[in-house]
Amino acid sequence: MRNLTTAIAAFLLAGSAYAEPVAPSDVVFEDGAIPVSLTGTPGDPVAGREVMIARGLGNCVACHTAEAYADVPFHGEVGPPLDFVGERWTEAELRGIIADAKMMFDGTIMPSFYKNAGYIRPGNAFTGKAAEGELPPLLSAQQVEDVVAYLMTIK
Amino acid sequence: MKDALRGVLAGVALSALASGATAQEDAKLIVNGEIEMVTTTTAPEHLEGAFREIRSGWTFRTPETQALQMDDFENPAMIAVDRAQVVWDAVDGTEGNSCSSCHGTVDESMAGVRAVYPKWNEDAGEVRTLEMQINDCRENRMGAEPWDYGSTGMIDMTALISIPSRGMPVNVAIDGPAQSTWEKGKEIYYTRFGQLELACANCHEDNYDNLIRADHLSMGMTNGFPVYRLRNTRLNSTHQRFRGCIRDTRAETFAVGSPEFVALELYVASRGNGLSVEAPSVRN
Ligand code: HEC
Ligand code: HEC
Repeated sequence: MRNLTTAIAAFLLAGSAYAEPVAPSDVVFEDGAIPVSLTGTPGDPVAGREVMIARGLGNCVACHTAEAYADVPFHGEVGPPLDFVGERWTEAELRGIIADAKMMFDGTIMPSFYKNAGYIRPGNAFTGKAAEGELPPLLSAQQVEDVVAYLMTIK
Repeated sequence: MKDALRGVLAGVALSALASGATAQEDAKLIVNGEIEMVTTTTAPEHLEGAFREIRSGWTFRTPETQALQMDDFENPAMIAVDRAQVVWDAVDGTEGNSCSSCHGTVDESMAGVRAVYPKWNEDAGEVRTLEMQINDCRENRMGAEPWDYGSTGMIDMTALISIPSRGMPVNVAIDGPAQSTWEKGKEIYYTRFGQLELACANCHEDNYDNLIRADHLSMGMTNGFPVYRLRNTRLNSTHQRFRGCIRDTRAETFAVGSPEFVALELYVASRGNGLSVEAPSVRN
C-alpha cells in the first residue's frame, strides 16, 4: 500500500516525462550508439563510478584502468585505458558501448551490460548452475545511464 | 587506430601498475637442482596463427611462487604424493591386488605416462584421462570401488603418477581415433559461454600476459596439473580449474569428469605439446 502510494507520487512528480525504462530487447542502436536515454532520468555520475568499481556490478575496473579512479586497486589491462573517454566519445556512443559493446566493436571481448538473451549456457550468477527463467541484464537501465554520466566527466 | 592508441596508453599504465606482480619471464625452472624444465618453446603446428611460442603458467607467476616449485621440500603438493605412495602399495578390493601388484614401482612403470594423457584407449573405444584409467584398474583389475572423479584420493594419485614424467615434453596425440574428441574440445575452447560471453581463448589466447583485475593471465596450460594452488591450499585437477574458469563467465559449467571436459582436457593439453610435465606444480 505504502509502495503503491510512493509509486503514484513518483508518477505524478515526474509528470509526462515519466516512463518505463526501455526494455533490453527494445533498444534501438544507430551505428553502435543509442541516441535516446534508456530511462529519461539523467544519470548520476557518483553512482556510476560505484557501478564501475564494484565487483558485483560493472566491474569495469577488471579490464580498464583510468587516472580518474586511480585510488581503486587492481586495474586490469584487457580493455583500453579510459582516460579522456568523455572527449573521445559522445554520450550516445558511450551508452551504446556500455549497453552492448558488440554493436560498436565487432566481436569484442567486452561483455554486453544491457542485454538479456542470446547466451550459450547462461548461469545463475557465479554459482556455475543453470540460470532459472529469464535473466536480468547485467546492469539496470538507470545504472547504464549513471555509468554514461560518469564517463562523460572523464575529460 | 584504436589499437595503436590502446597500445601506447596501456604501455604507460602497465609498467606503473603491474610492478608489484611482475613475473620472472626469463627465469629458468630447474627442480631439485636436476630436472630441467622447458617452460617456453615453439608452439605446436596446430596453433599456427594463434601462437608462435607457448609458455608454461610457471613463467607468469611471481618469483616467490616460482621458487616453491624449484625444490620438492618447498613444494606443498609433495604431501599428496607421499599420501598416494602409501595407497599405491595398499591392497584393496576383491582381487587381493594393489597398484604395485601389477605395475611394480611408480618410477619404473609410470615414466612417460602423464606426458601422453589424455589418450585413446583402443579396447574401450574412447579417449581416457588418467582418472578414467585409474578407475578402470580399480574396478576391473582390483575389484575395488571406483573413486569419485574429483576426490582428494584421485587427485593425489594423479600427482604421484606424474612424478617420473617430470621434465618430459607433453606429447598428446590428436590425430587418428582421438581426432574427433580433439575437435570437440577445440570447439568448446572457442565458445563464448555465459552471460559474460567469454571463451577460454578470450582470456588465454587474446589476453595472456594482461592483468584481469588482480590476476595475471597465463596461456591456460595444463602441463602443471594437478596444481597446488596457494589460493585454496590444495591440489586441483584440470577439470576443477575448467569449472572455475567457466563459472567465472556466469555460465552453467560442465561437470568434473564429463565427456565435454575430457575432450577439452585433450585439446588444452595439445596446446601445451612441447612444454615439460611440471606436475604437481605450484600456482597462486
Ligand atoms: C572483459 C573485459 C571488459 C570489461 C569487463 C569491460 N570492458 Fe570496456 N572494453 C573492453 C575492450 C577489449 C574494449 C575495446 C574494444 C575492442 O576493440 O574490442 C573496450 C572498450 C570500451 C570503451 C571504449 C574505449 C575507448 O577508449 O575507445 C569504453 C568507454 C568502455 N569499454 C567502457 C566500459 C565500462 C563502463 C565497463 C563496465 C560497465 C566496461 N567497459 C567493461 C573490455 C572490457
Ligand atoms: C574471464 C577470464 C577467463 C576465462 C574466460 C577462462 N579463464 Fe582460465 N584462468 C583465468 C585466470 C584469471 C586464471 C589464473 C591465472 C592464470 O594462470 O592464467 C586462469 C587459469 C587457468 C588455468 C591454469 C593455468 C596454470 O598454469 O595453472 C587453466 C588450465 C585455464 N585457466 C584454462 C581455461 C579454460 C580451458 C577455459 C575455458 C573453458 C578458461 N580457462 C577460461 C581466467 C579465465
